[in-house]
Amino acid sequence: MINRIPSMELAKRVRDGHLRAIARLITRVESGGDPDVREALAELYKSTGNAHVVGITGVPGAGKSTLVTQLVHEYRASGRTVGVVAIDPSSPFSGGAILGDRIRMGDLVSDPGVFIRSMATRGTLGGLARPALDAVDLLDAGGFDVVLIETVGVGQDEVDIVRAAHTTVVVNAPGLGDDIQAIKAGVLEIADVHVVSKADRPDSNRTIQELKAMLMMSLEPGKDVWRVPVVPTSSEKHTGFGELMAAIDNHAEHLERSGEITERRRQIALTRVVKVAEEIVRDNFVRDSRSQTEELLKKVTQRELDPHGAAVTLLKAMKETIHEQD
Amino acid sequence: MQNNDNNAQVIRVMLAKIGLDGHDRGIKVVARALRDAGMDVVYTGLHRTPEEVVDAAIQEDVDILGISLLSGAHMHIFPKVLDLLKAKEAEDMIVAGGGVIPDNDVKELYEMGVHKILLQDTPPQEIIDSFRQLVAERGAR
Repeated sequence: MINRIPSMELAKRVRDGHLRAIARLITRVESGGDPDVREALAELYKSTGNAHVVGITGVPGAGKSTLVTQLVHEYRASGRTVGVVAIDPSSPFSGGAILGDRIRMGDLVSDPGVFIRSMATRGTLGGLARPALDAVDLLDAGGFDVVLIETVGVGQDEVDIVRAAHTTVVVNAPGLGDDIQAIKAGVLEIADVHVVSKADRPDSNRTIQELKAMLMMSLEPGKDVWRVPVVPTSSEKHTGFGELMAAIDNHAEHLERSGEITERRRQIALTRVVKVAEEIVRDNFVRDSRSQTEELLKKVTQRELDPHGAAVTLLKAMKETIHEQD
Repeated sequence: MQNNDNNAQVIRVMLAKIGLDGHDRGIKVVARALRDAGMDVVYTGLHRTPEEVVDAAIQEDVDILGISLLSGAHMHIFPKVLDLLKAKEAEDMIVAGGGVIPDNDVKELYEMGVHKILLQDTPPQEIIDSFRQLVAERGAR
């Protein structure tokens, strides 16, 4: 057995930017459970709110990990420190996951100004698990200037990320031209910055033009309206990443100048609170009220009770049993 | 809902290839087997340095660092990894090795502080079982 350092002690070290303490607290947050972890997080939460949080999303294979790697290099060259939370899907069958983003980010390690953590979705709705958001807090409290969240590929996740990040970057790859049509309702709307990756390919111009054309249509008139830029990048030729960083910085400035940042922060707070509440409810369903749950489920299947009525009954019963540490 | 319990402790493993060793078929099979056993597996890709792997393992805070070596460089690479872990106050990380390693060297590697050597014929289930056992023996961290 090993000597377990209390979470509050680790929290102190996190404030000093101690990487091992950040890593260990993320592990504890991810495995759920201990009340002392929650206490430590509550304490550290007071020290958050300084990092600019950037969500990176896009279809699988669009080049998100590669882009994150290049972007981190740009931030480092500009003197800023970067935390990365890279999310990969869990297997729906075993719950396990292969976290492969490290493969492309290999050359970033051994720089104390960069911290990369891989996390699995753990089958959460929306792909952005509550522990991932706690990890963002820990990196924020640890003093990283920028925190990048790399999400899993296309799905409901994109909508989640926009409610968790200050700036959302959507990565589009050329050659998927018709797919833009298919996903435009979701993805076009959430992007603060569009990237067309693999811009060294001859068909990238078409993707860029299509995106720009579609963005034109959604433009509202006005002075302080954010005009979503389309940034071509090529990791092959090492071009566009400086421009991407500048676009993200411009967006951060726009948020401050226009006052939109207040609404974003409110949105993020709402997401966080709702996610935790959902988790508490789900855990309680499984843990405390199992026998009652089964009984109610039986009534629902036998049409004696409707699902809404059963849910209300359960929530009422839960009100009695919820304790603070849940 | 998924069939994994939210509060179950998921074992985190980093699988690493260090140095000039391009044989990654085996490590990928192991990665898949561990995933199917419900573990989170961080794969580093090929041609990493010991420094890169140790730094990454610390940031990922893995329970087990598994290094696959088929290049014959094991007697050089394992001591280096163990030294780095010690220097960075991460000796509580479990280090396992796999691949082609002669019996004499296996003994020496155990003496050096490697927790487990699993040679090339080890069935996947045995790897899974021994990883679970190593983590259980270490206890909560």
